[in-house]
Amino acid sequence: MNLAAAIFLDGLIDASWLFIVAVGLTLVFGVLNILNFAHGSLYALGAYTAASAVGWYYGGNIGPAFLGYFVMLAAALVVAIAIGPLMERGLLRLFYRRDEVVLVLVTYALFLILEDATKLIWGVNPYYAYEPYGLLGDVSLFGLNYVAYDFALVGLALLTGVLLWLGLNRTITGKVILAVIHDREISGAMGVDVNRVFVLAFTFGVFLAALGGAFTAPKISVQPGISIAVILLSFAVVVIGGLGSVEGAAIAALIVGLARSAAIHLMPSAELFIVYLVMALVLALRPEGLFQRTTARKI
Amino acid sequence: MAGWLRTSAAALVCFVALVLLGRVLPNWFVLVATLAFAKGIVALGLVVLMRCGLVSFGQGIFFCTGAYAAGLTIRLLGLDDGVLLTALGGLLALILGLIIAPLLAGYRGIFFATLTLALSMIAYGILDKVSWLGGSDGFNLHAPSFVGYHPATPQDVSYAIFVLTSLATVVAAALCRIHFDSLRGLLSLAARDNEIRVEYLGASVRWVSGMNFAVAALLAGIGGALSALSLGHIDPDFAFWTTSGEFVFLAILSGYASVTAVFVASIIVELVRSYSSQYFPNTWQGALGLFLLLVILFLPQGLGSLLLVRRGKPKSQEVRAESGK
Repeated sequence: MNLAAAIFLDGLIDASWLFIVAVGLTLVFGVLNILNFAHGSLYALGAYTAASAVGWYYGGNIGPAFLGYFVMLAAALVVAIAIGPLMERGLLRLFYRRDEVVLVLVTYALFLILEDATKLIWGVNPYYAYEPYGLLGDVSLFGLNYVAYDFALVGLALLTGVLLWLGLNRTITGKVILAVIHDREISGAMGVDVNRVFVLAFTFGVFLAALGGAFTAPKISVQPGISIAVILLSFAVVVIGGLGSVEGAAIAALIVGLARSAAIHLMPSAELFIVYLVMALVLALRPEGLFQRTTARKI
Repeated sequence: MAGWLRTSAAALVCFVALVLLGRVLPNWFVLVATLAFAKGIVALGLVVLMRCGLVSFGQGIFFCTGAYAAGLTIRLLGLDDGVLLTALGGLLALILGLIIAPLLAGYRGIFFATLTLALSMIAYGILDKVSWLGGSDGFNLHAPSFVGYHPATPQDVSYAIFVLTSLATVVAAALCRIHFDSLRGLLSLAARDNEIRVEYLGASVRWVSGMNFAVAALLAGIGGALSALSLGHIDPDFAFWTTSGEFVFLAILSGYASVTAVFVASIIVELVRSYSSQYFPNTWQGALGLFLLLVILFLPQGLGSLLLVRRGKPKSQEVRAESGK
């Protein structure tokens, strides 16, 4: 019983940040048709910026402790506004007519460049932003002790998911974005400014990556290499859930989170490849992921 | 002169030139060229796949199959003949490819790419954890022999591996060229353009892509075995996604119009890598990324388009097929 609870709770916590990051990736794919390899680097940028900001905030005793969370949120926003429009308008725009595999390679090149840029700015030593982690105290569930921050992260993931769903389905801008996902050309013909939607969606995708990075920063040591682990995992989540599907990303994040935590508890050596095993199985049974219908796009 | 005769003659001339050059060039360059050719063979396999519109992000699975087949044969059976090991590496990768091909032949585009990626990462996970395969550290190989010839010095060993790799390279390149110009080879380009049309004309797209996948597997296995022999060391990174990504990089860089371009691209990349890791040790990855971006931006059809234009024959079948799109 304890083991099952531990697997479930660890999986849930793992799934929460994974969902935040992966849903950004899937949104960008849905709208721009780009499988963004650099998404992991944007996560890392968010984590580094948040770690620096948190260090500055608590180091100088600038304000009340709980405002640190808003500092992290602001860090993610800064990354999104600084990088998103620049990357989409300055670079990705040039490749839209090309094959989607070429676009994967373009973002792979960006990933390599951002990786080194991060090292140049922050160096190779790890950063710790532990202050916000302990702030909420501990909780006890099923006789297991957890840091309350972890569950706050689950709450943040739920909030992100709900807000994103409402934003996409209940606002005009959201419906315009859905229209572009459904058919780029017809939307353009109907008077939708597709370029604006692209910038908007991409910047929001960057924000989600940075948000995931910013709020996991207190849990981990922020150091080179975190981006690779994240991109591989969120890649798997997005493919399992169906490229471009928000609901799919949620379910798939949960599946991947649970599979990973089950592997860690039961068979630690399988942690790495269980994710890919799940991905291969899902793809073999449902080639376009679990939620393929929501991604109705023309070829 | 018939096309295949001309190609074979060109291949023979290339091989002789390479063997002679290998004697003159400095040892470090011979090492770089060996590795570049070995990786070029794998990329050539990807080019074969790309001609029918498929890109595999998981050639690492065949690359590591070839490498581990060669390595384990040396370690467990004590056989160390370079030619035999290379053939064995290719054969085992081909068998694996033929097993996987029917599973994958129905997939297209990004799904094909991600599924191959997943398969190669599963292979990576297994190699990383199974201790009798060397675990995450891998294992070292001692120098191979060559049909009874046991090279004495390290220089002789690297030269012998270079000659073997050159031989495999020109044979693979010539066969691919002949295949590309054949009716069967041109069918791939047709499938890339319009699968439904090809099906209606009576050919099977599944069969075409399956066969191309098997050829790509064979070439990746050969390249893997040669890389293992040349490096003298094997580890699970042979199956890691960065390795597979490198092959895609090479294939995109060279384009699918020219076979020679694959190996030219491979040597350029290997040189860029070794120079930039020497002169900008902290930013060489970024330099490689920038190089990749520039090539994709300014050479959409890859280096191969450059070679064809220079030769002044834009009327070759591929280019016509491409401009007809």
